[in-house]
Amino acid sequence: MRVIQFREALREALSEEMRKDPNIFLMGEEVAEYNGAYKVSQGMLDEFGAKRVIDTPIAELGFAGIAVGAAMNGLRPVVEFMTFNFSLVAIDQVINAAAKMYQMSGGQFNIPMVFRGPTGSAGQLAAQHSQAFENWYANCPGLKVVVPSNPYDAKGLLKSAIRDNDPVIFMESEQMYGDKGEVPEEEYMIPIGVADIKKSGTDVTIVSFGKIMKVALAAADELAKEDISCEVIDLRTVRPIDYATVIASVKKTNRLVVVEEAWPLASISTEITYMIQKNAFDYLDAPVRRITTADTPLGYAPTFVQEFLPSTEKVVKAVKEVLYR
Amino acid sequence: MAQNKFTKENYLNWYKQMLLMRRFEEKSAQLYGQQKIKGFCHLYIGQEAVVAGTMSALRKDDRIITAYRDHAHALACGISANAVMAELFGKATGCSKGKGGSMHMFSKAHNFFGGHGIVGGQIPLGAGIAMADQYRGGDQVTVCYMGDGAVRQGALHETFNMAMLWKLPVIFVCENNGYAMGTSVERTTNVMDIHKIGEAYEMPNAAVDGMQPETVHEAIAAAAERARKGDGPTFLEIRTYRYRGHSMSDPAKYRTKEEVEAYKKKDPLEIVKQTILDKKYANEKWLDEVEAEIENEVNESVTFAENSPYPEAQALFEDVYSEPNYPFITE
Ligand SMILES: Cc1ncc(C[n+]2csc(CCOP(=O)(O)OP(=O)(O)O)c2C)c(N)n1
Ligand SMILES: [Mg+2]
Repeated sequence: MRVIQFREALREALSEEMRKDPNIFLMGEEVAEYNGAYKVSQGMLDEFGAKRVIDTPIAELGFAGIAVGAAMNGLRPVVEFMTFNFSLVAIDQVINAAAKMYQMSGGQFNIPMVFRGPTGSAGQLAAQHSQAFENWYANCPGLKVVVPSNPYDAKGLLKSAIRDNDPVIFMESEQMYGDKGEVPEEEYMIPIGVADIKKSGTDVTIVSFGKIMKVALAAADELAKEDISCEVIDLRTVRPIDYATVIASVKKTNRLVVVEEAWPLASISTEITYMIQKNAFDYLDAPVRRITTADTPLGYAPTFVQEFLPSTEKVVKAVKEVLYR
Repeated sequence: MAQNKFTKENYLNWYKQMLLMRRFEEKSAQLYGQQKIKGFCHLYIGQEAVVAGTMSALRKDDRIITAYRDHAHALACGISANAVMAELFGKATGCSKGKGGSMHMFSKAHNFFGGHGIVGGQIPLGAGIAMADQYRGGDQVTVCYMGDGAVRQGALHETFNMAMLWKLPVIFVCENNGYAMGTSVERTTNVMDIHKIGEAYEMPNAAVDGMQPETVHEAIAAAAERARKGDGPTFLEIRTYRYRGHSMSDPAKYRTKEEVEAYKKKDPLEIVKQTILDKKYANEKWLDEVEAEIENEVNESVTFAENSPYPEAQALFEDVYSEPNYPFITE
């Protein structure tokens, strides 16, 4: 099958949908003339013109709100945040407007739009540029939150996000844009809210999503060398969460480790852990473990980055602990 | 031009200060290429006269705050080249203990309130720093720098209104270098004279040539005097240019070579040097000595940074709360 980059998969999803529906437009900082800060929208200005691929000033609150207003009046905006760190400038419009509008208006004004861009840390970028807000957005009813881990999923999920009639937060990673993967030429969609078992196994379930799936899969490979069989589940969507897939897996393996780039308090792993103890308590042979980031902002020095992030070693260790090995 | 207002000392100091900024950053660029410096790194090369002209017009106890393009501001506040270079390396001896890196230099001792990474985020902070001085009855002035891109943030407008309402002793300086990343000023606004934004709030404002320290000094001195008298804020649009890309990863294809060359012809360092020679404030020998001194200072800062330790991984849990035994979640 054809192999393309993560950023190309996103671009194909955007372009294919924009070709079909003239109401879709892309808006954000440096998306048009600069071809995107991370080159996701390369060439799109040439194809779609300045009316539909729109450069904005650095004014996240304003352009996010303008996009929500446009969605209220029949358009289908895709807003790019240069990174989700900067979405905090706009978060009032995301939470108070986009997520609330449909219900507040008694079902009259739905908000068919996507907020997308990179999330999480990306090397030594220090505290303000290294934050993961998946769980913040997932906490808010009215939003859907998608966090793909490879080019194939990214394309299929972004197409679904764009066609969705509710606001979708779509979170990528600077460190994934260059990743390559198989993506078919023919059109396909991946439904929002369905997890994917990336690797089947019998001894322990590892749940993760987004960029950190690489850590989970690397740990599973490492553990396979010691004859430990891991089932690795990619949530792909953290609102809604596909609890059923996780519960079914844990009922089979009886052990669970959740791996996530997020501060531990009220993280997605906290949520998964609650649901597992509620629904699979009698199946558990060990307490559920989670590997999150450190409970701190991420400092600049390389020593901090290592300490802060989930790593293969940390996951391997946790898996062995739940297996009492 | 009121050049004769300035003394020999002014010119010699400007020259030394700007040369340090320039050589320090040229070295930083090299070290970035060698991956000794990581992350985002934004160079100030070309804009030196803005900070140099500000500093000569201020008192030591005045306050400075800026965005992420902050190496020169840190040096000009008197933070040692050693401490700034060590910060760029992410070493424990850096001015932010290796926690901030290029974008987040800080020094309370030098009244440098930091480099800030969220565009426009420092604008209300600058007004707040000034508010604290006004509150305590002090006569310090805060200079709050921002880029031409940052003036598009809503935070600026909210802050300008309150700063005028409360007559805060703050000077807002927009370092207009023509571009916010790849976006030129005219692609973001109908109002090409950025300083006119002040008009909406009846805030005194002016456009200032930022390619020479003299004009910057005069504008800052007048604004500082007004602020100290209790007459409130000023908004200065200081027109300047960055010779390098936005950050180390920007090929800067959005502008022409000719444009960059035209500004390099107005290079503030060269112009101040010429003034020094023309007015016979110093001779070539002095210039050579200064060059050697600064080269030495920069090289020593690199040695210092190289030989300094990285912070311990566990220091990640320090400086998050001022409370010493904060119960972090560790599992
Ligand atoms: C709120 C926010 N949005 C976007 C960014 C990404 N970003 C970093 S610097 C920059 C351009 C800023 O340009 P300007 O204010 O002119 O300052 P200059 O870099 O020219 O000094 C952008 C868009 C950011 N750091 N913060
Ligand atoms: Mg600029």
